[in-house]
Amino acid sequence: MTVAGLVGANLFRNKKRTGLTIASVVIAFFLFGILRSFITTLDAAAAVGSEARLITSSASGFTFPLPEAHASRLGTVAGVKSVSWSNWFGGYYQNPQDFFAQFAIKADTYLPMYPELEITAGDKDAFLRERTAALVGVGLLKKYGWQIGQTVTLKGTIFQGDWPFVIRAAYTPKDAASGDANMFFHYEYLYEKVPGMSPGWFILELDRPDGAADIAAGIDAQFKNSTAPTKTETERAFSAGFITMWGNIGFLVKAIGTAVFFAILFVAANTMMMAVRERIGEIAVLKTLGFQNRTVFGLVLAESLLITLLGGAIGLGLARVAFMGKNPMAAFFPGFGVTNGTIGLGLLLALALGLVSGAIPALQSARLSVVGALRRVA
Amino acid sequence: MSSPTSNLVEIRGLAKSYRRGTEEIRVFEGVDLDIKAGEFLALMGPSGSGKSTLLNILAGLDTPTSGSVVVDGQEITRMNAKQLATWRSTHIGFIFQFYNLLPVLTAAQNVELPLLLTNLSKKHRRDHVMAALEMVGLTDRSEHFPRQLSGGQQQRVGIARAVVSDPTIILGDEPTGDLDAASGNEILGLLERLSGEFGKTIVMVTHDAHAAERAKAIMHMDKGVLSR
Repeated sequence: MTVAGLVGANLFRNKKRTGLTIASVVIAFFLFGILRSFITTLDAAAAVGSEARLITSSASGFTFPLPEAHASRLGTVAGVKSVSWSNWFGGYYQNPQDFFAQFAIKADTYLPMYPELEITAGDKDAFLRERTAALVGVGLLKKYGWQIGQTVTLKGTIFQGDWPFVIRAAYTPKDAASGDANMFFHYEYLYEKVPGMSPGWFILELDRPDGAADIAAGIDAQFKNSTAPTKTETERAFSAGFITMWGNIGFLVKAIGTAVFFAILFVAANTMMMAVRERIGEIAVLKTLGFQNRTVFGLVLAESLLITLLGGAIGLGLARVAFMGKNPMAAFFPGFGVTNGTIGLGLLLALALGLVSGAIPALQSARLSVVGALRRVA
Repeated sequence: MSSPTSNLVEIRGLAKSYRRGTEEIRVFEGVDLDIKAGEFLALMGPSGSGKSTLLNILAGLDTPTSGSVVVDGQEITRMNAKQLATWRSTHIGFIFQFYNLLPVLTAAQNVELPLLLTNLSKKHRRDHVMAALEMVGLTDRSEHFPRQLSGGQQQRVGIARAVVSDPTIILGDEPTGDLDAASGNEILGLLERLSGEFGKTIVMVTHDAHAAERAKAIMHMDKGVLSR
């Protein structure tokens, strides 16, 4: 036997209580893993997009289209290398509840601007040639079991009716936050079926990112008194603007996480207090045998740490496994997953939880008067 | 180490009192006592006479109000809590009335506990444990948990735990107090053997005159006064 063995033996003397306490810590850290991942995913999503690309949308909001004629004027602005545009489509495949994003794009200029979307299946040229062709993320291919060359029909919600597309290519994002569950198709197809359509927003590739602020201000000034004034910002700021539509989810998640943390703190502390209280006599015996106060302190604290670290590791591990391979929230949160940073932070919190919940009972044990304790249990 | 005829323990002018509210309770004062190496001493007296307090001070578990206790040349009354814990681990073997074995550990593991504070290897610890259990006749019960042992067997494990680190002095606080006559007799036989065969110094607190008679010397404590 070793001193560590003594910790283990004490930990599992009341298996039911220890098991339940560990289970509560597991649940708390599973929740922590998920909640924290919302924040990291939102942060990653807000950081998606290049500082070297500008988005020009209507000053009234990105749901208001802009005249296609803006494109040629934007192309002449100094520092703008190329111009493309995009529209939000808003359709679904078979199940209206099953959301994924679709964009009508000016493909010949759009794709060169987005090297992070790497075509990994099908043929890019075939996609560019065919009016009803679609480029889809590999996540969508996998989710729906689609094949290259297959015709899939979306139901339009904004643009009513059936919309058949032929899948000609699939992309894999170079960064998870870009999402692998989007669909792109040619704006010409949308504009042909919906008369009067015009670009939802323009994407401008810049020569140099450091001039972005001045160029954006210049563009908005240029269109200020037109019939369609603009709002220009970097793509990253545009993405962050989308994220704010979720509201202050970060605050909410942190508030819930803090409440859970304190609830578990009291559960763990209560368990340790009870564990120490029922073995006062044994602690007195250990001291009689010559165990130092600091050793007794360490024994109790180690028990507390084992409970919280074991529970924390299991809970965080389960959270990670739960979203490995499949991501039910991919459409809203591309790249959602429990990151190494979240695991690390969770383990640090478990460590802190163990230290705080075990400190008082450990201190009580260390300060225990042997004579008094032996008299109490006699 | 003291020679067999010298004093192993020298207690001089020992006093112990404590406060209960505004009242000062004097347990004893001016206690002098010499214990020779190899002596088996029974300390008798009624409840509240101070004999257990004296034993606890001798074990370094309690501190006197005044006076000195010297064990094997070391004045333990000048030691701090940390020094006392270290001293206890090498010099004191304690036998409790209610055995006080750790229920989550086997008999062998309970006996091994004091050895965890030494630098002995696992194998050497195991050898010491088995030797101690053999001495108390419980090698076949080494893997039993306390709940699987009778009271007498548990106390024998307690004795094995007290002697396993070969302490300077063995202290027993009513070691037969919770046992039936037959088991008590066995325990006393073991203590006699430890004293006679192994030359261990034993101080045993007891209420039981029959138990005290098995010791080589008896002292009485009554109202804080110690007498032969």
